Amino acid sequence: MSRAREQILSALQQYSENGGYRGIVKTPKEEGLSKEDRVARITQMMEAVHGEVHRLLDREWMKWINTELPKRGYKHILVGSGDIGKIVNVEAMDSLQIHSYTAEIEEWKDQLFNQVDVSITSTRGGIASTGSLVIWPTSAEPRLMYFVPPVHVALLNAEDIFESFEQMVIEQKWSKEMPTNSLLVSGPSKTADIQQVLAYGVHGPKQLVVLILG
Amino acid sequence: MKQGNTLSDRINNSLGKAQNRQNFRSAMSGLMEKRAAQFPDDEKLAKLRDRGREIRANSLRNLPYLLIELEKTLTENGIQVHWANNSFEANQIIVCLLQQNDAKSVVKGKSMVSEEIELNSFLEGHGISVLESDLGEFIIQLADETPSHIIMPAIHKTKKEIAELLHEHFPELPYTEDVDQLTQSARKILRNKFNQADAGISGVNFAVAETGTLCLVENEGNGGMSSTVPPLHIAITGIEKVVEKLADVPPLLNLLTKSATGQTITTYFNMISRPRQPGEKDGPEAVHLVLLDNGRSKIYGNSSLQEILHCIRCGSCINHCPVYVQLGGHAYGTVYPGPIGCALEPMRLGINKVGGLTSLCTLCGACEQVCPVQIPLPKLINRLRAESVLRRADYTSLIGAGSMRKPLESWGWRIWKWIYRNPAIYRVFSLIVTRTRELIPARMGRWARYRFNPKPARRTMHELAREAGFDNE
Repeated sequence: MSRAREQILSALQQYSENGGYRGIVKTPKEEGLSKEDRVARITQMMEAVHGEVHRLLDREWMKWINTELPKRGYKHILVGSGDIGKIVNVEAMDSLQIHSYTAEIEEWKDQLFNQVDVSITSTRGGIASTGSLVIWPTSAEPRLMYFVPPVHVALLNAEDIFESFEQMVIEQKWSKEMPTNSLLVSGPSKTADIQQVLAYGVHGPKQLVVLILG
Repeated sequence: MKQGNTLSDRINNSLGKAQNRQNFRSAMSGLMEKRAAQFPDDEKLAKLRDRGREIRANSLRNLPYLLIELEKTLTENGIQVHWANNSFEANQIIVCLLQQNDAKSVVKGKSMVSEEIELNSFLEGHGISVLESDLGEFIIQLADETPSHIIMPAIHKTKKEIAELLHEHFPELPYTEDVDQLTQSARKILRNKFNQADAGISGVNFAVAETGTLCLVENEGNGGMSSTVPPLHIAITGIEKVVEKLADVPPLLNLLTKSATGQTITTYFNMISRPRQPGEKDGPEAVHLVLLDNGRSKIYGNSSLQEILHCIRCGSCINHCPVYVQLGGHAYGTVYPGPIGCALEPMRLGINKVGGLTSLCTLCGACEQVCPVQIPLPKLINRLRAESVLRRADYTSLIGAGSMRKPLESWGWRIWKWIYRNPAIYRVFSLIVTRTRELIPARMGRWARYRFNPKPARRTMHELAREAGFDNE
């Protein structure tokens, strides 16, 4: 369909003013929140959209997993092959059955869709102003860990919380190299498509638990 | 679809549906309140809207160059780009991609552009099953209807209607009117489909030229799953959705979600820049983007109408429109309803086809006030009205320009102009009208069906003013 390409472009070029386009990147004005303020803001924003947030010391999270997940009746836990996965595989209680995302999805799709209760993942950071987790899935923690299991537990380092999405994109120079997929997650999956009534867990996780560390 | 054939049939039909109108009223009131709560500071809002407008204007000014850049970066990233002049070409491209990959079943995320090209019925005609996975789209697909709102497609339905619909199609599930349970039923039905689908199709909210990134805004997770689970992902978008820089995205996203549904941000914001890379364990093996023109380049060529292409499809103009709230989306009979529809659809499809839509506007200006990128919708709609009655000699490139011109009406206005331009004739005219006021016919036909009969005053305003001591100066 290169004919369509030429037709569309020549129709547009006939009317476009100039060739050299000019960028308008402006550094956003931030409020200058302290780390604790950012933690407080992200917690407030997350909770407003039904996210569950806990502030823990660095190494407490595994204790939280071992206490809370069995208490809530979850058994099948999905982890990646990164540091978190390694720790969970070693330290998880016997009652939790750990699945590691080590094979390509095609080999175990049914199990992922039908068996896994909870996924535990890291995050790249957080955004205080919108209550968002910033996620760059990797081969160690692939994309579907964030979408398919009914419960998603995410670990977030307090140091990595930015004030705004714009600030993060610019300061971390995202435009230099974007990953295959990057994702902002702000609360559990939801819909208001039935008579404007809010309901959670329509396709993605019904519950999002954020453990803020440090 | 049980819709009337003409605009006025559809309007009468919509006005007669009391329940639907109540649904629209309460939904739109809620959306207006939620949006207002997101923008408490007028000054900050004004700055943000200036920024939004600036970004979109920059994109449009450089549109052909940005599209070439987008094609280059996407191709470098391994995403294949296809160009389509119209619906037919877009549908052909998509069906060929599906057939080449032996795909029989498709799961779709929400996409108004796919509604525009009537993709579902085209694919089904080629033996490919299509499932809408956005809950609202899924509901109207079951009901065999079209969206009544661009953001909330099933907004016209009550939960009782939806409960009955699901029960009719899935009798194995227990009947319930509980929204949580209905949502869980849909989750169950659709999960299996995601698992088994051969391909995923989605729209695009922003396409970033700088990095070759396709952005998807959504709440449910169906967009993320449609673009990750199946081995093939096809995205489709209008050529105007491109932005220059990645840094353009955060401010537009901020404006989009707050204006659309009054959310600070949606649950998911997905940025796709590549297909699955070696070593990665999920994601589609192939990603394609279809860039659709479908009348957009023609609109681009008309400098007085071009601003309509700034639109980021938030639906805020629809939510605030006093006409839409009375009629609902189906009365318009076009893919895009409300103010954006009244302006965009006649430009896209031609005034000769849907020019009547411009008469649905009261020019109240509410839409322009809330538009996150400041599109002057009333001005554009008014301009279309003018274009619709142009004389042949003044025809513009707009399809169907001048097609609504009526000889009798244009003569009427010519006489009116002549009277009002000549003071002496105007004086005689106004004297005659006031002195023969009793002769006004008692029945004024269709014009007076919903209006009082007009009756001129006993004396002209000039006479009264002179009596009150005003002189001609």
